Amino acid sequence: MREAMLALLTKEPAHGYELRQRLSRALGPIGEVLNPGQVYVTLSRLERAGLVRADQVSQSTAPDKKVYEATAEGREHVATWLVDVTWPKVTPVDFHLKLVAAATTGLADPVALIDAQRRSLLRRLRDVQQLAEDPAVDADGALLLEGTALRLQADVRWLEACERRWTRRRAR
Amino acid sequence: MTAVVEAIGLSRHYPGDTTPVRAVDAVDLAVEAGEAVSVMGPSGCGKSTLLHLLGGLERPTAGELRLGGQRVDRLSEAAWARLRRRSVGFVFQAFHLVDELTALENVELPALLVGVSRRAAKRAALALLDRLGVADRAHHLPDRLSGGERQRVALARALINEPLLVLADEPTGNLDSHATGEILKVFAGLPDTGQTLLLVTHDPRVAATAHRLLGMRDGSIVDDTRLDDGLSRHAVLSQLAGWDP
Repeated sequence: MREAMLALLTKEPAHGYELRQRLSRALGPIGEVLNPGQVYVTLSRLERAGLVRADQVSQSTAPDKKVYEATAEGREHVATWLVDVTWPKVTPVDFHLKLVAAATTGLADPVALIDAQRRSLLRRLRDVQQLAEDPAVDADGALLLEGTALRLQADVRWLEACERRWTRRRAR
Repeated sequence: MTAVVEAIGLSRHYPGDTTPVRAVDAVDLAVEAGEAVSVMGPSGCGKSTLLHLLGGLERPTAGELRLGGQRVDRLSEAAWARLRRRSVGFVFQAFHLVDELTALENVELPALLVGVSRRAAKRAALALLDRLGVADRAHHLPDRLSGGERQRVALARALINEPLLVLADEPTGNLDSHATGEILKVFAGLPDTGQTLLLVTHDPRVAATAHRLLGMRDGSIVDDTRLDDGLSRHAVLSQLAGWDP
């Protein structure tokens, strides 16, 4: 979430409320559990880490608000985050936000991220299938490998759907 | 190493309503002997057409193709038919076994067609059926076999003439999960035999048996990557666990 917020701020400065709305939209129903406090806490942590800069903007009819903007260091951080597709650390929510952030910021091609993720998933699936062939693996070990293989397969299938969606968007 | 398949600028374009359809568009590809390659991509990306071009079931509209070093893109229909019989084995989604022949006879047939003696053909066919775990089904007609058994018989038929290249188009597309598991074991073992293999598939499990993955989109190869990436066992296991190695 932290990096996705930072990514959106590299595209354009925003205040906390706008940022939360944008993330919510990208997440669909899962966005409903994005709590406002979490957004503001994350923003101040990002500011302390020097990844974003905040400007006070005075408003005539409402209290002042803070507008956040990514620093050069923040951009660097986002670029590195985008291309890391290590499975299973990258959850579906993380990966989805990477695709949205890549397209929004133009810092990476979402379709290239999908290809990279597929490579990484199929390599791991190949590894799991080979591990499972070893007759020395006992029933408990095999059960865990089966679960891992099923998750990898599900993720590859989901990537097919991501590919359809993002290649269509890219074509437009 | 010798390239079993060598394609340069291989294309198959069809006339379309307004613009030509580029089913396969200027593909460059080299497949080494003993390599198992899987091809993935969205429906309509051209992966089946590519497989048909490599096996001479369709002709390129442009480009060069060599099989085992021999230039084949300009071969006549008859010459392709001869080459296919000896050098290319096909496995299709719908099995394509001859319904009137037993499993054994289906497997023997391609050997007999290239002039192998009856005795030698039978011996080789039985050995293959045994290797693929369907020796006890040798004298059954295809309609008495399960889907997984039929596909293993079809694979034995594809392998009988020790072809340069085996081409498989969605080999598990018609199979349930259990039968897919059976076929998967066979495909997982094939690369170890040194058989050069090109698999078109949607099934991640099947794709993951190959050494190399080709990704296709809009008639082009957009991704070409090794799946056997040579990570240490420790690194692989740490990744699977989600722990830092």
